[in-house]
Amino acid sequence: MDGMDQHGPAVAGDGIGARLRRKEDARLLAGRGQYVSDIRIAGMRDVAFLRSPVAHARILSRRKPEGAEVFFLDDLAGVKPIITRSAIPGYKLSEWPVMAADRVRYVGEVVAMCLADSRAAAEDLCEQVEVEYEELTPITSCAAGRAPGAPLLHEHWGDNLFLQTSFDSGIAPVIESAPVKVELELSCARQTMHPMEGKGVVAWWDHRAGQLVVHSSTQVPHVIRAGLAEVLGIPQAMLRVAPPDIGGGFGYKCQLQPEEIGVAWLALTRKAAFRWVEDRREHLVAGANARQHHYKLTAYADTRGRLLGLDAEVSVDTGAYSVWPFTAVLEAAQAGGNLPGPYDFRAYRCKVFSVATNKPPFAPYRGVARPGVCFAIELTIDAIARAVGREAADVRAENLVPGAAMPYVNVTNKHYDSGDYPASLATVREMIGLDAFRAGPKRDAKGRYLGIGFATYTEQSAHGTKVFATWGLPLVPGHDQAHVKLTPDGALEVKAGIPTIGQGLETTLAQVAHEMLGVPIGDIRVTLGDTATTPFSTGAYASRGMVMAGGAVARAAEVVAGRVKAIAAHLLQAEAKDVVFRDGRIHAGAASVSYADIGTAWYIRPEQLPEGVDTGGLEATEGYKPETDNGVFSFASHAAKVAVDAETGHVEILDYCIAEDCGRMVNPMIVEGQTYGGAAQGVGSALFEESPYDEAGQPLASTLVDYLLPGPAELPRFRIRHTETLSPHTAHGIKGVGEGGAIAPAGAIVNAINDALSPLGALLSDIPASPERVLAAVARARA
Amino acid sequence: MKAAAFDYRSAGSVAEAVALLAEGETRVLAGGQSLGPSMNLRLARPQRLVDVKRVAELRDVAADDAVCRLGAGWTHAEIEDGAMADFSQGMLAQVAHGIAYRAVRNRGTLGGSLAHADPAADWVNTVVALGGTLVVQGPSGQRRVASEDFMLGAFTTALSGDEVLVAVELPRLGAQARWGYHKLCRKTGEFAKAIGVAVLDPGSGLARVLAGAVEGKPVTLPQTAERLREGGPAAALALLPEEAEARLAHLAPNERALRVVAVRRAIEAMAEG
Repeated sequence: MDGMDQHGPAVAGDGIGARLRRKEDARLLAGRGQYVSDIRIAGMRDVAFLRSPVAHARILSRRKPEGAEVFFLDDLAGVKPIITRSAIPGYKLSEWPVMAADRVRYVGEVVAMCLADSRAAAEDLCEQVEVEYEELTPITSCAAGRAPGAPLLHEHWGDNLFLQTSFDSGIAPVIESAPVKVELELSCARQTMHPMEGKGVVAWWDHRAGQLVVHSSTQVPHVIRAGLAEVLGIPQAMLRVAPPDIGGGFGYKCQLQPEEIGVAWLALTRKAAFRWVEDRREHLVAGANARQHHYKLTAYADTRGRLLGLDAEVSVDTGAYSVWPFTAVLEAAQAGGNLPGPYDFRAYRCKVFSVATNKPPFAPYRGVARPGVCFAIELTIDAIARAVGREAADVRAENLVPGAAMPYVNVTNKHYDSGDYPASLATVREMIGLDAFRAGPKRDAKGRYLGIGFATYTEQSAHGTKVFATWGLPLVPGHDQAHVKLTPDGALEVKAGIPTIGQGLETTLAQVAHEMLGVPIGDIRVTLGDTATTPFSTGAYASRGMVMAGGAVARAAEVVAGRVKAIAAHLLQAEAKDVVFRDGRIHAGAASVSYADIGTAWYIRPEQLPEGVDTGGLEATEGYKPETDNGVFSFASHAAKVAVDAETGHVEILDYCIAEDCGRMVNPMIVEGQTYGGAAQGVGSALFEESPYDEAGQPLASTLVDYLLPGPAELPRFRIRHTETLSPHTAHGIKGVGEGGAIAPAGAIVNAINDALSPLGALLSDIPASPERVLAAVARARA
Repeated sequence: MKAAAFDYRSAGSVAEAVALLAEGETRVLAGGQSLGPSMNLRLARPQRLVDVKRVAELRDVAADDAVCRLGAGWTHAEIEDGAMADFSQGMLAQVAHGIAYRAVRNRGTLGGSLAHADPAADWVNTVVALGGTLVVQGPSGQRRVASEDFMLGAFTTALSGDEVLVAVELPRLGAQARWGYHKLCRKTGEFAKAIGVAVLDPGSGLARVLAGAVEGKPVTLPQTAERLREGGPAAALALLPEEAEARLAHLAPNERALRVVAVRRAIEAMAEG
């Protein structure tokens, strides 16, 4: 960690605010984690899926190899297609069959399921299945999908739009009167999310429990239980979803998967064990499902660069079907709602098109639309600054919602609860050394062009019931629940339905429990995700875990704490109000008892208990959601300093500074880890990652040779400073932080590139800013 | 993806490997860092592999004052780490250091890379830039092939199906020798988009300049090299664009420009070094 700015507050002890090493790393860093592909079950057989090699076609015929265990859709009797309903008016339903039977709509769509004693043998079977396709014209871009007379993906829709929405706060007067008008057209590439571990599922039949057991690499086990039960047509009680360790999610594992359904169906009908583990090729082909937006923006400003209004058209390249449960239009809803970002302006018009295309179904990726809209609004701010001839950082600062305006309700009715956005920008401006840079050379010794760029964002975290209900999802999250239990020997068991996906919840939830109950952190065991053993949670997504599950653990621990204090008071012959938790024991005045003493009294020596003891015992299940559940807004500013080689188009990040605020930090080290990881993915979006398609709808990046991820050598040393502006709405003032790091890098980095190339007059408008795009921009400027 | 079924044999000698190759439907496994992924993607489907990992003679090193003969079985990592005495004024170790990632370098071999003949591979371009000679063994014995004649095009070489690449002969660079090697990669460890190499040894009169990663076999720039020998880097740089335009005419102008940048930077690095 040397060389990094870290100004996390030092909180003593092991509770909320402590910079505690992660409990789960003892196994994860030693290679002892247990992921789906580590599960071994006697007799387990392997599944491989035959996938469509063409983007859009009618299936004329299918033939199985003689005697082989190959399944088509028709063989999966009773299995329903994935249909994701939404309450949003005008939303059109897609039917996503578990396997394609008469029509394929993207390369990689499952056509057949092949079963053998090994994956290699199952792939041999895939090669022997004969499928005859009659190719149809594919839709490979939003423009093509929206064009009049375009071929239709879902004929009965009459067009290719899952949804079209429009919003207008009343922008007309601004259009007529604003002295400065800036127009931009911007694109974000399609990306493939890259958890360390891809998707995977093992399913088997538990004869003793009479249950179908599904070990899926999923962020949303309790939700998948509902989805699987519905599609398979079985009661939820007959289904247990038990995720093992999960090597990252990012939204990729936030949906009901056709493969999950197929493998679960095998286990259900054959009462045996089956496995499918996604390989990187099917991941890159069938999982290219994120980030692709197209923007047409017109911004209106005064002559000082004060933003007066924004007129936007956003198209999301949504793919062929709607994912379940987050729908095909969550991205569009987030894009339209969040485009105004942290800026203070009152005139906004936005049309958003969710266009069906012959690509994998769009899924919410870390940041959900906000990396795209942050890129769009931040390039817009810089364009305004150029138009009025001022320093972009100054123009940006003057447009941000000021701290004095908090709480602030923005033009799209986002309730910004707290924080000083201009101060965070000022912090990174100072950290990156903008003023000294402006006074110094614009090129380095190698002749590369140097530039600095900024981006500021808000991260709506822990969206509550009200927000999701507005989006009309099939399943609206309410209270997250947790169970806390003191064992007879004085240890603490914490159980929550949210799964652990690498985000450190086994540590941070233990810290919350410790804060409330005082049990030593080493004696707290956290169990997450298994629907058979944990109370309900909709899962790990949308930067909600620490607020929601953390709140539930706090509440359950608080209930148990009250009961512990009552028993302790009796044993110590004191008043419960005088009992305190300190140094791993329970004190009243000079006397103390241990947690084991309390456990012993309840479980083993009940004759020691007080009269009228709470019969709930030493365990409690409680639920939590913030009373104000519009979501709480974390925020940050990022600053990037880059060197651009105008001969090769290569961009090097020389320095990268982050000033962030996520309310009360439960564990600053984990906040930093989330930020590094998110920012690394943001660098990927800015400079490297792209899943291009050709005109036939063929994915051109089907291996990691062609899909470039940034590695350690491509990443800067992120320098972070924290502030803590507590949320007025949540337990302990906590806000979410899981997604934030990924939101700003593309905006900051591309602004820096454009700043660097300003002597040449070159401007980038598409990401990733690949060498080819940089060179093309330079060539355009020279032409 | 899992590879289609195949048989595996481990050869104890080059002769044994050649005999197995002569039976047909067999490919040499010499580290497997390209062949392995190709088989997993089922793009390559050999019925049998003959592994030359344990062939001792592929690790022979023989050197005299003028030439060093390096067995084809050395891994990139061993060359990077200086497992054999340096005869290239540090060039081979530095080139090896830039190949892919250490995990790949630990298994991938000099001979495997040359025989695979990816146009963007480092050894393919380095060996030609040094004007080396490749030693090949087949059923009727050994033959020597000039490096410029070895690679015929992308992923094709002068090796016949029953031959094994045994060794590479490279010139010993003198104490006065200078070299520059520059490749354009978007990220560490990726195959290069463009490669430029320049070598000048005043003692032996060796002067070579090469543009690599050009979609086919590397392209030498003999006139630029001659200028380098006669007039030094500045003179070479003055001629470079003109010769590149003629010899890289098959590339689109923007693609050609990247190779010119790589070669220029190699010459500049040599001048600075």
